[in-house]
Amino acid sequence: MRAAIEIDGLTKDYYLGFWRKRPRRALDGLTLTIEEGEVFGFLGPNGAGKTTTLKLLMGLIFPTSGGARILGRAIEDVSMHHDVGYLPEQPYFYDYLTARELLDYFARFFRLSAEERRRRIGSLLDLVGLSSAADVQLRRYSKGMLQRIGIAQAILHQPRVVFLDEPMSGLDPVGRREARDIILDLKRQGRTVFFSTHILPDAEMLCDRVAVLVGGKLQGVGSPEQIVSIEVESLEVLFELPAGSALPPALEAAATQTGARYRIQVPEAQLYGALEGLRAARARIISVSQLKPTLEDFFLRLVGGEQRKHAVEITGGGS
Amino acid sequence: MKQSGRRRNIWAAALGIPLLLAAAYPLQRRIDARVQTVQQEKDELMLRSGRVLKKLSLGYDSLLADIYWTRAVQYYGGKRRDHDANFELLAPLLDLTTTLDPHLLVAYKFGAIFLAEPPPKGAGRPDLAVNLIRRAIMNNPENWRLWADLGFIYYWDMKDYKKAAEAYLEGSQQPGARDWMKVMAAKIAEEGGSRRTSRFLWEQVYLSTQDRDIRRNALDHLQSLKAEEDVERLEELAAQFRRRFGRFPASARELVEAGILPGVPVDPAGYSYVLTPDGKAHLNPSSPIASDVLKPVLPR
Amino acid sequence: MIWVVAWNTFREAVRDRVLYNLIFFALLMIAAAVLVGQISIGIEHLVIVNLGLTAISIFGLVMAIFIGVGLVYKEIDKRTLYALLARPLRRRQFLVGKYAGLLLTLAVNTALMTLGLAVALFYVSRTFVRSDLSILVAVYFILLKLALVTALALLFSCFSTPMLSTVFTLGLYLAGIFSTDIRSFGEVTESPALGAVTKFLYYLLPNFSNFNAIAAAAYGRQIPLILVAQNTAYAAIYITLVLLAAAAIFSNRNLK
Repeated sequence: MRAAIEIDGLTKDYYLGFWRKRPRRALDGLTLTIEEGEVFGFLGPNGAGKTTTLKLLMGLIFPTSGGARILGRAIEDVSMHHDVGYLPEQPYFYDYLTARELLDYFARFFRLSAEERRRRIGSLLDLVGLSSAADVQLRRYSKGMLQRIGIAQAILHQPRVVFLDEPMSGLDPVGRREARDIILDLKRQGRTVFFSTHILPDAEMLCDRVAVLVGGKLQGVGSPEQIVSIEVESLEVLFELPAGSALPPALEAAATQTGARYRIQVPEAQLYGALEGLRAARARIISVSQLKPTLEDFFLRLVGGEQRKHAVEITGGGS
Repeated sequence: MKQSGRRRNIWAAALGIPLLLAAAYPLQRRIDARVQTVQQEKDELMLRSGRVLKKLSLGYDSLLADIYWTRAVQYYGGKRRDHDANFELLAPLLDLTTTLDPHLLVAYKFGAIFLAEPPPKGAGRPDLAVNLIRRAIMNNPENWRLWADLGFIYYWDMKDYKKAAEAYLEGSQQPGARDWMKVMAAKIAEEGGSRRTSRFLWEQVYLSTQDRDIRRNALDHLQSLKAEEDVERLEELAAQFRRRFGRFPASARELVEAGILPGVPVDPAGYSYVLTPDGKAHLNPSSPIASDVLKPVLPR
Repeated sequence: MIWVVAWNTFREAVRDRVLYNLIFFALLMIAAAVLVGQISIGIEHLVIVNLGLTAISIFGLVMAIFIGVGLVYKEIDKRTLYALLARPLRRRQFLVGKYAGLLLTLAVNTALMTLGLAVALFYVSRTFVRSDLSILVAVYFILLKLALVTALALLFSCFSTPMLSTVFTLGLYLAGIFSTDIRSFGEVTESPALGAVTKFLYYLLPNFSNFNAIAAAAYGRQIPLILVAQNTAYAAIYITLVLLAAAAIFSNRNLK
């Protein structure tokens, strides 16, 4: 299988300040390869550089250094867009056009016959559930509707590679499910899907592989299982305290309380120490269960740490 | 192939723009020549009404006045350069200028001189000049110099000494008026036109303005007057010579040899006067002043 | 590709009700045709042609500038450009397409106004004469002028906000109208340096007064074909120049 997307040392600096002296590195040497037919998730907190990466790949902004190739062709080569689809973050479209007209307009840039155009537009509108609103001007569309038309225009020309920037944003749960189905369908058709998202369960469910980006730097690439297995297994203890008894001070910070029940989460190695402490406090143990680590755990831990580090870089560094 | 599209656009612009500009230059010159036939000068002043123009100028009257003033000066200069004696647009141009800015005194003075001057130096329409100055006075009532300009038109171009004296008198009563105004009023009323008066008044014209064209014109006139005076004087001396020696001098040199003149006289342009055997003197035909004096005044 | 963008730009202008300005023009022409007989006898033809052509020029200018300065800016500001540039469309094709679209709008607008002028003229003069052809030439010159102004507005639209772009474009237009006077100023002053500068400016700035044949049309004077060719070439040169600059700037612009 040939590489669909090859990113090599992609870097983007923004120059801030009036005299443009201080560069802010939005993306730092990103190197990544995505195979054809993969569904690839691009994860990271706000400001990590996900949208920057997508804009670089689509030629909307230009790299400070490094480059990338899509389907073997350089990102500067606009003709490659025949085989590429793109859903921008917070899509805006010409509000004086109707959905049908917009799709028709965009479709005209590709080598399709009028008949073919009409057919595809019709089926796409069905697919994203906008057939009934097809002839309403886009200025009257809700965010969710705009998101759907955004997905439609990205796959209109049956591209081999599809870039989606936050495809689930603005969609209600039904819409999210439909979007997931579309992505799975694209995968079935052998297309490559590269999308950025905050919604980690979706990424876990859909992606063959994910990459995590924090502060412009790639933190890890792998299948969701691989990433997650980095997480340390931990156990959850549910207990109650008898009246008059106090929580052992060592566990106070880690405990959460709902009603009369307490819950603590401890790494496996520290389990017996915790149980000892609870027994001393005369706690009634309700259950001890193994927590399956999730991507979110990994993410939060990683991001929490990285963000703290990143914050130090920004404030401590100066000019 | 990196950045090839973007680079190419920059190169195309960097090379193309200077080339295109270079091509535009000769084209513009050709158009300038051709446009003359299409846009006749008259069209410049399609809007003859100063009042309408003032309204259209949306409050930028003085700027527009300056523009029209510049055009008037260009117009005049262009006509002189092309030896074209048709100044028909001068009056309307000055009219527009002074309607837009009634206090642009230099424009009034320009009109006073060059509307009245006979061709090829001016439009030869002293009546229009008078109208212009009367309007000037209306808009600038206490300006004594305008009365002087008016008086001068009557005196020099129209030879109407009565009106000239009246104008000088009226002007002398304005604040700041120089004493000579009153003196001139009396003199002109008494003896009409005289060379001394003319010389004095042309001197005043010269001194009263910084405008290049007006000054040069005044200088020309002063030189002509001086030449006239010299010619008269020469002829007097020739007569004197005849009384002494019984014949007219053959040339000015003989006057010098006879001790009547200290040296061979030259006109203000530096050319020596010519003395003919019949006792008449005149300017050297090569002298630039000659073209002014010898040209007959065209009938009105 | 270019025509796809152009047609859409035209459609946008129409849906923005830009063509409604024609109503005002029509009212103006009607009023003029009806009233001119009372105000100025004997020169009705002159006045109608003058008024009509001046109105065509002014309306066209306003449209060219106000729509022109938003051509690129609006797409960047509203982010509609992102999805569009995802198509296999080169940036310079986009620029030319937007330009062509506005030009088409202006052409249609002008054509309709010329028709209105013709109707008013017929009402007043009851007949057309051969010399009226120069009116068509004058309209063509106005179109050339508008094409150049539009190109300038487009150029500024690539990098500056609509307000600033309007100021720049209008400024360049006025400088171009008065370029002959600027040169005269320089000649009238005594300083040879100033004279050289103004002469240089005269040849550098696009000379919009070349395109003014309104008076000729009003007086029914024939406009030599060679001038038509020269003006067309002149406009083409400057338009190309401006579009080259716009392409260079826009294709290197990082979109927000």
